[in-house]
Amino acid sequence: MAETFRATIRILRYNPDVDKKPHWAEYTVEVEPTDRVIDALHQIKWFQDGTLAVRRSCLHGVCGSDAMIINGRNALACKVLMKNAGTMVTVEPLRGFRVIKDLVVDMEPFFEKYRSIMPYFINNDPPPPRERYQSPEDRARFDDTTKCILCAACTTSCPSFWANPKYVGPSAIVQAHRFIFDSRDQAWEERLRILADRDGVWRCRSVFNCVEACPREINIKKAIAEVQQAILTGSRGF
Amino acid sequence: MNYHKYETVIVGAGGAGLMAALYASRGSDTAVISKLYPVRSHTGAAQGGIGAALGNMEEDHPEWHAYDTVKGSDYLADQDAVEMMTSMAPGIVIELEHMGLPFDRTPDGKIAQRRFGGHTNNITGKPVMRACHAADRTGHMILQTLYQQCIKQGVTFFDEYQVMDLLINEGRVAGVVAYEIATGELHVFHAKNVLFATGGWGRVWKITSNAISYTGDGAAIVLRKGLPLEDLEFFQFHPTGIYKMGILITEGVRGEGGVLINNEGERFMEKYAPTVKDLASRDVVSRAIYLEIKAGRGINGQPYVYLDVRPETVNKYFEKDGVLGPDGKPKRVTAEYLLKKLPDIIDFCKTYLGIDPMKEPIPVQPTAHYAMGGIPTTKFTEVIVAPDNTIMPGLYAAGETACVSVHGANRLGTNSLLDLVVFGKIAGQRMAEFARENDWVPLPKETWEPVQAELDRLLNNPGNENPYQIRAEMQEAMNDGVGVFRTEELMQQALDKIRELKERYKHIRVMDKGKRFNQDLLEAWEVGNLLDIAEATTVSALNRKESRGAHSRDDYPKRDDENWLKHTLIYREADGTFRIEYKPVVITKWQPKERVY
Ligand SMILES: Cc1cc2nc3c(=O)[nH]c(=O)nc-3n(C[C@H](O)[C@H](O)[C@H](O)COP(=O)(O)OP(=O)(O)OC[C@H]3O[C@@H](n4cnc5c(N)ncnc54)[C@H](O)[C@@H]3O)c2cc1C
Ligand code: FES
Repeated sequence: MAETFRATIRILRYNPDVDKKPHWAEYTVEVEPTDRVIDALHQIKWFQDGTLAVRRSCLHGVCGSDAMIINGRNALACKVLMKNAGTMVTVEPLRGFRVIKDLVVDMEPFFEKYRSIMPYFINNDPPPPRERYQSPEDRARFDDTTKCILCAACTTSCPSFWANPKYVGPSAIVQAHRFIFDSRDQAWEERLRILADRDGVWRCRSVFNCVEACPREINIKKAIAEVQQAILTGSRGF
Repeated sequence: MNYHKYETVIVGAGGAGLMAALYASRGSDTAVISKLYPVRSHTGAAQGGIGAALGNMEEDHPEWHAYDTVKGSDYLADQDAVEMMTSMAPGIVIELEHMGLPFDRTPDGKIAQRRFGGHTNNITGKPVMRACHAADRTGHMILQTLYQQCIKQGVTFFDEYQVMDLLINEGRVAGVVAYEIATGELHVFHAKNVLFATGGWGRVWKITSNAISYTGDGAAIVLRKGLPLEDLEFFQFHPTGIYKMGILITEGVRGEGGVLINNEGERFMEKYAPTVKDLASRDVVSRAIYLEIKAGRGINGQPYVYLDVRPETVNKYFEKDGVLGPDGKPKRVTAEYLLKKLPDIIDFCKTYLGIDPMKEPIPVQPTAHYAMGGIPTTKFTEVIVAPDNTIMPGLYAAGETACVSVHGANRLGTNSLLDLVVFGKIAGQRMAEFARENDWVPLPKETWEPVQAELDRLLNNPGNENPYQIRAEMQEAMNDGVGVFRTEELMQQALDKIRELKERYKHIRVMDKGKRFNQDLLEAWEVGNLLDIAEATTVSALNRKESRGAHSRDDYPKRDDENWLKHTLIYREADGTFRIEYKPVVITKWQPKERVY
């Protein structure tokens, strides 16, 4: 077992019921190199200051609860190991959403964008008795974007979103891509229309912070380009 | 006080809750209450697959699936319910596909299937490809798809509301009381129907694959109401958790050809399960790992073994076992193929262990994974309150928190996801019907007051005990005493420890006294639930003097059908003592016989 080490965790804290404005608080924790940042936050929460608020559940990067800014970059606290985070770690809530308390932000505007792109399968033909067939090649067209866990790390890393909170954002585009390029889905043209809107996919300024922020390593750049291409050509290329 | 009125209230927004919501909301005024945002539910963590005898890859039948499930359960499952579930399986997987679920595909465009532990061709006894999957994120795709359909259908959600009590009046369900996490306000939901779909409680143990939210809230609430819980002694330890962390490495890894290896480089499952080897059922494999470790054959003498899924290892054993590909030649895999089939597993290993499983074996140990027991129900999800199957009208349970029982003493992989959608659907249909046919029961005199009193007690306690220290000690005690192998002495030690901890829990101190997003308060309340379930589990386990499925005792090493072919129902009396009763096992086609894999 590698040796434990001491780390300082600086957290941007804010409880609107008691604080006038956000403020930094520092904590010292003793961690193992393979501990996650969320383990360090737990140490603080459970044994130092129980008022610290942070959403989390699965603790291994699949539920999307604990996206935050760690050392200046968007990441899931359960997917960053302390040995990589270092001995001085800064932790802040995601940017662009109202802080409810500490690291917990109001996700409602995020889910509103999600809902705006019709994030559900639509096929109005009577279903066949068995599965709708789909070739492995057609299935591969949208495989990458099915991985999205709606953590909001991408959208909240995007300068276009910071500048214009109405921008639908990379996550909603990724979710739309998952349906647009599903050969079984029939509402792709309607989704393209939604994304061709002023606050849609053309707000992307190709900064692509999102690609680096995505904890699922989705190729968001490619997804956005494919959606733009489909709007321009009026075809999804099947 | 905030009052709401919905004919149907569904507590929990995982696979079971959402499937129920789709059906219930078509025929009744429905609300879903969840302490997590629905997409954060633990169903999203399920990896390997959902079982259904579609026969897309090779011959298969729902009856084979039923027999495998019964055998896997060590004959404790209720066979009528199992037959119903496995015969509904192909249809419900097709239904999910019609909802858009992106399953992996066969070359001819059908849903792809893979091997999984305990699922066999009943004629040859060899593993059969039955697990329908979407890479190694099947649960994620099920959760997403069901949530998407709920949005499409306009289902009403109360996200981040924690249910803390069940309201009963005139012997019927009248609603629930929930705590709004963002504001600290209590809400009373008046309802005709309540479904608990609150998931499991792996956080009772130290090494677990389960989410931090897996604290058994629904089951603990039911127990405190004086209603029974069933078969708690059967808790599954999955053989392959990442060493020390417990993060799950799906059985799908072995389904794709991975093998378990001890310190001597031996593929030891050959000794324990000569026919299906690494794909024996989970209780068998977990015990084998423990025996290897006990015999000093853990890796470098440490309490773990290797799971080896390097392509050269997989191909070597495919050849040895005579596993053939579609072309009739020995099956072969490449790293590229495995990366497509197991991307998340490979990512977990890289992130948390710093190893590439295509180049190195994965260190694994058994991890507390799944509650076979839970809130007892009929096969139509109605909650049972007595051994003669008397039900509590309006109360339902489905998913991991329920015990139908389709899993008996040991669940087969892929059968939980199936259970969620099958029984979630039935629950939804039943509740819509019940709402139509029944009037409202008035709310009881007291609704939110007892919850408020409990919260006030937690907040204003003068004590100095730390609830998380108590939790850590409980988890340690349960891992040591009520784990893969059990003895009277070790279980008694665990029980003594839990009782001591329950005493200390009375004197806990909650640090956060505020109203806004007070997770400290809620987590402390959850520790109380874990303690209640740990205690009831240990009492049930001490009581059952035999070995069956996941309940394996050194002092009673044999299954004893004469005395113990029955379900445990445990009740907690008002004074905190326990009463145990028994419910017969339903046997239709398959008489118990010795289990060999
Ligand atoms: C890592 C992992 C991998 C797995 N892989 C597979 C697999 O491949 N195949 C398979 O068949 N099974 C698998 N399982 C098992 C299966 O995933 C779970 O048993 C199943 O998903 C549980 O679903 P559920 O709907 O019962 O509960 P969950 O999906 O956990 O949902 C519980 C819901 O209840 C809510 N809730 C809980 N308490 C409260 C409360 N007090 N108030 C309000 N809401 C509450 C939560 O917010 C959540 O929405 C796996 C499990 C794990 C942990
Ligand atoms: S806690 Fe689930 S993604 Fe981090």
